Order: sequence, then structure tokens, then C-alpha cells
Amino acid sequence: MADAILQIDRVSKSFGGLIATNNITIEFERGQIHAIIGPNGAGKTTLINLLSGDLLPNDGTILFNGRDITHLPPHKISQLGIGRSYQKTNIFAEFTCFENCWVAAQSRINTSMRFFRPASNLKAVEKRTEKALELCGLSLRRDSRASAMSYGEQRQLEIGMMLATEPELLLLDEPLAGMGSEESLQVIELLRRLAEDHTLILIEHDMDAVFSIADQLTVMVNGRILETGTVGQIRSSQAVQEAYLGVDEETA
Amino acid sequence: MSTLTRSLPLLAALLALVLFPLFGSSFYVGLVTRIIIIAIFAMSLDLLIGYTGLVSFGHAAFFGIGGYALAIAFQDASVIHLWQALPLSLFAAALAALVVGWVSIRTSGIYFIMITLALSQMFFYYFFESPRYGGDDGIFLFLKPVLMVGSEDILNLDHENNFYYFALSCLVLGYLFLVMILQAPFGKVIKAIKVNEHRVRALGYSTNGYKLVSFVIAGTLAGLAGFLEGAHTGYINPAYMSWHESGVCIAIVILGGVGTLYGPIVGAFIIVLLQNFLPEFTEHWQLLLGGIVIAVVLFLPRGATSLLPRIRSLIRMEKSISLSQEEKAKGDADG
Repeated sequence: MADAILQIDRVSKSFGGLIATNNITIEFERGQIHAIIGPNGAGKTTLINLLSGDLLPNDGTILFNGRDITHLPPHKISQLGIGRSYQKTNIFAEFTCFENCWVAAQSRINTSMRFFRPASNLKAVEKRTEKALELCGLSLRRDSRASAMSYGEQRQLEIGMMLATEPELLLLDEPLAGMGSEESLQVIELLRRLAEDHTLILIEHDMDAVFSIADQLTVMVNGRILETGTVGQIRSSQAVQEAYLGVDEETA
Repeated sequence: MSTLTRSLPLLAALLALVLFPLFGSSFYVGLVTRIIIIAIFAMSLDLLIGYTGLVSFGHAAFFGIGGYALAIAFQDASVIHLWQALPLSLFAAALAALVVGWVSIRTSGIYFIMITLALSQMFFYYFFESPRYGGDDGIFLFLKPVLMVGSEDILNLDHENNFYYFALSCLVLGYLFLVMILQAPFGKVIKAIKVNEHRVRALGYSTNGYKLVSFVIAGTLAGLAGFLEGAHTGYINPAYMSWHESGVCIAIVILGGVGTLYGPIVGAFIIVLLQNFLPEFTEHWQLLLGGIVIAVVLFLPRGATSLLPRIRSLIRMEKSISLSQEEKAKGDADG
């Protein structure tokens, strides 16, 4: 692969006796939307947690732009330009939308160990905050308290906060989870727009959405990679049909 | 609520405090001085509990160290220079807070409470069992700090009114300092840490550093209060740093209103005045005091200072409070 932004090499993570991700190797190409799909318990979120530093792998290496980030803590990984959104909404509930994105945007100044001038003087941070609010579609809700907003809006805010850190690579853990169809369409549209100048790694259960926007797909089952390929390749793969898509249709 | 309507009661209270020595007898000036000192102490703890989300159960250690630094260094001095004694106390408290904080901020929740409690008790027992520092009898200081230029007294804390205004200045400056850092980029980060530390880390902040700085600032301010208390009473003993004092300080913060800075000042007035005057009515005054604290927590969960805005909004027939509480309950349920 010509230009890999992220390389995962034989990464494993186990919790006690449970092997959550087993010997995973994937390369993510710059500028693409790479979706990871698989049934519940396949290890998708664990994989994202390994990439963001929320979990440390037992084995293997993770390279971001050629740099080893395997054992870096979450804040360092964030500072390198990897942003993530959470499957379970993870925002500052008591803060307004604006304040939520502000904290995110302020993380990009050299240091926040500044004591003497009001934070509101930081015009660059303000601009970044406004831009993130606009991108995630919450400009009109800027002064609403996050806890008072609808679930869908909180999901949008979740993405907005990630964008306010101006990452190069976005890790999105089920951004459409629990959203209404109209909100989903908005977010899919947003992801498309973001894909123009970002690399996206996406976990999603909404197959229609995944097939419509992903460039590459990786199918995970039981902590292992079943197959990686383009949408067409995955659709026609016999193994995937049996292991995942078929099962999904039966239970649905 | 605009900034003006919010600061109006504060300015009125400040004016009352400034004018108080003109009317109060020296006994009451001394009493209010003590309240102001306790207010600084409680306000510093509010930075941790109310803004950083660190419930320290050992805050009295830094109060005691501020006092002991003064007493140990100057017990035999012929004159206590303020410009030497005050920085020494602040430095000693800051250093102790750095050590205690460095160990304890790695933990959270109940473990943080236990570690701060344990470390502060180590300080308590160290002084309790050190005969050269007076053991449980403590140390007496027979002089008050003075600020001199050449041989000229600029400020002699021997006069009760001078001490009162000096303590009041410390309170006002401490308050303004905390307001300033809370509005600065630093404040935005620690407030976010209180709400959701995990997310703050994911956004790219090394949260431990921010928590530690907050802990040291709070400890240093507590040391300032301890310095004032030692200088004011001329006496310092280990009881000042016992877990009991840490507990009372938490009660003051909660009673007055967590996360407001001015709440703990009001809380200090309530608790110290009750401690002083309840015993005149009944020997079971501690029981009564406990009852009052429980009543405030039950009926004014955001502290005594939430009473004023509450009355205000009742007058305006607004439902905003019940709405905001529903929101909060909903937020808690979601979280």
C-alpha cells in the first residue's frame, strides 16, 4: 500500500481468558473511509480503544504516520492528530455545546497551564470552536446545555468535540447508533464531507450507511479479521456471507 | 443573571465587612477575623471539591503546616518579619501539597479520599509525637508579624483591627485570584476534569498535571489560612491538622455551596457563629449543629447560598429552578 496513515501489526488484546482481538494486522490508507464491521463481541470497539490509547495491547505494534504509538497514553495520541468519538456518548453533560467544543479546541494551544488571562481572549480557540459547531450542525444550539439536548444532538456534539481537536485521523465508534433516520442522513453527509480532507476509521452497524460511504471494509468475527476489501469484494465474499451477513439477516 | 446582579450581594457583603470594625467590639472583630481565616481555608478546598472534582479529606494538613512553619521558624525570634514569615509558610504548604498531591492524584473516588486522609494523619502524628515542636501541647508565639521598611512599622499585626484588615485583604485577593484562574484556560480544563476526566484525557490533556497544580494552589491557600490562624492566636498545635478539621472544612464547603467560592465564605460564617453561640443555649449544641447541617443539605442541596437565587426566582414566578433540576436528574439518569 502506497500511503498508509496507520499500520496495525499483529496486535492482540485479551481480558483474562477472553481474547478480544487476536493477532490483528490492518493497514489504513490515507484519505479513505475504512469501515470495520462485525457482529457484537467481534472486538471492534476494543480495536478502536487500542488505537486511541484507552487500552494497551498485550502484543503487536501500532504505527501512525510511521511513528510507534503502541504504548502512548490517550492524551499523547490525541495530540499527534488522532481524534475519536465514543459509542457511548461521552460529553460534558453540564456544559453547553459551546463549552464542550471549547475544551476540545483549547487542547490544541501549546499549553493550557495559563492562569492570568481569561480563556475567552483566545480568538483562535473560539474560531475553532465555532467551526466545529458548524460542522457538526449545532451552531444554533451553542448555548444549550448538553444534558438537555436530544440523544441525536448529543451524538452530533460527540463528533463536534472530536473535530474541534482538528485531527488528521478520525476514529468513529458507531456514530449513527440510536439516531433517527433523518439525523443519520445528516451525519452520513457530514462524514462524506469530512472524508474529503481526513482519514476515517468507522465502526458501524448500519449496513446501508457503511456500504454507501466506505472505501474499504474489514470484517471482524470473534476477535479475528475475516476479510478486508472493497465494498464489492466484501459483498460477494462467501465467507462473509456465512459468518456475518447471513446470520444478520436470519436474526433480523 | 448578569454579572452585576450576581456580584451585587458580594460587594454589599464586602462593604459590610470593611465597615464592621468601626462598629464591632474587639471581641467581635477577633471573631470575624477567625471566620475570615476559616473562609480562606474553606474557599481553597472548594477549588478541589467544587471545581476539580477532588474530594480531599486531608486539607487541614496544609492549614497546619502553614501555621507550624511560622511557629517553628520564629518561636524564638525577637521580631517576625512578615515578608519572611509569610512566604515561608506558603512555600512549606505548597511543598507539602506537591508531595501529597503527587501521590494521591493517581487515584480517584474513595481511594483519593483515603489517601489524602492517611497522608494528612501522618503529618498530624508527626507533630503530635515531636517533643521539639511541642508535641500535643503545640507551640506558642508571643509576637505578631510586622512589615517594616528600615525601622519604620508599615503594618503591625499586633493591633486587632490591622490584623482584621490584613486577613480580609487576603480573603479578597485569594477570591479574586481563584476567580481569575477559573476563567483562564487552566480553569476551563479543571472544570472539565471534574465533569468527565476520561474525556478530557482523550481530548489531549495530561489531566494529572492539571489536578496536581490545582492541588498545590489549594494547599498553598490553605497554608495562608494556617499562617493567619497561627499569627492571630499566637498558638499552633497538632489538632489544627487532624482529620476532624478536614471534615469540618468539607462540611463548611457543602453547607455554603460547592463550586461557588463565595459559598464556603458564607459557610464559614454559619459554622463558626453556630459553634460560638449554640453552646449558650444547650449543652447538646453539637446535636443541633448536626441537625442544621442535615437540614441545609436536604432542603438546599446546593448550599445555603442557593437560597438567595431561589427566593429571587420564586418572586419572579419562574419555573427555571424546577426545570433545571429536572434537567439535572435527567442528565444524571443518562450519564
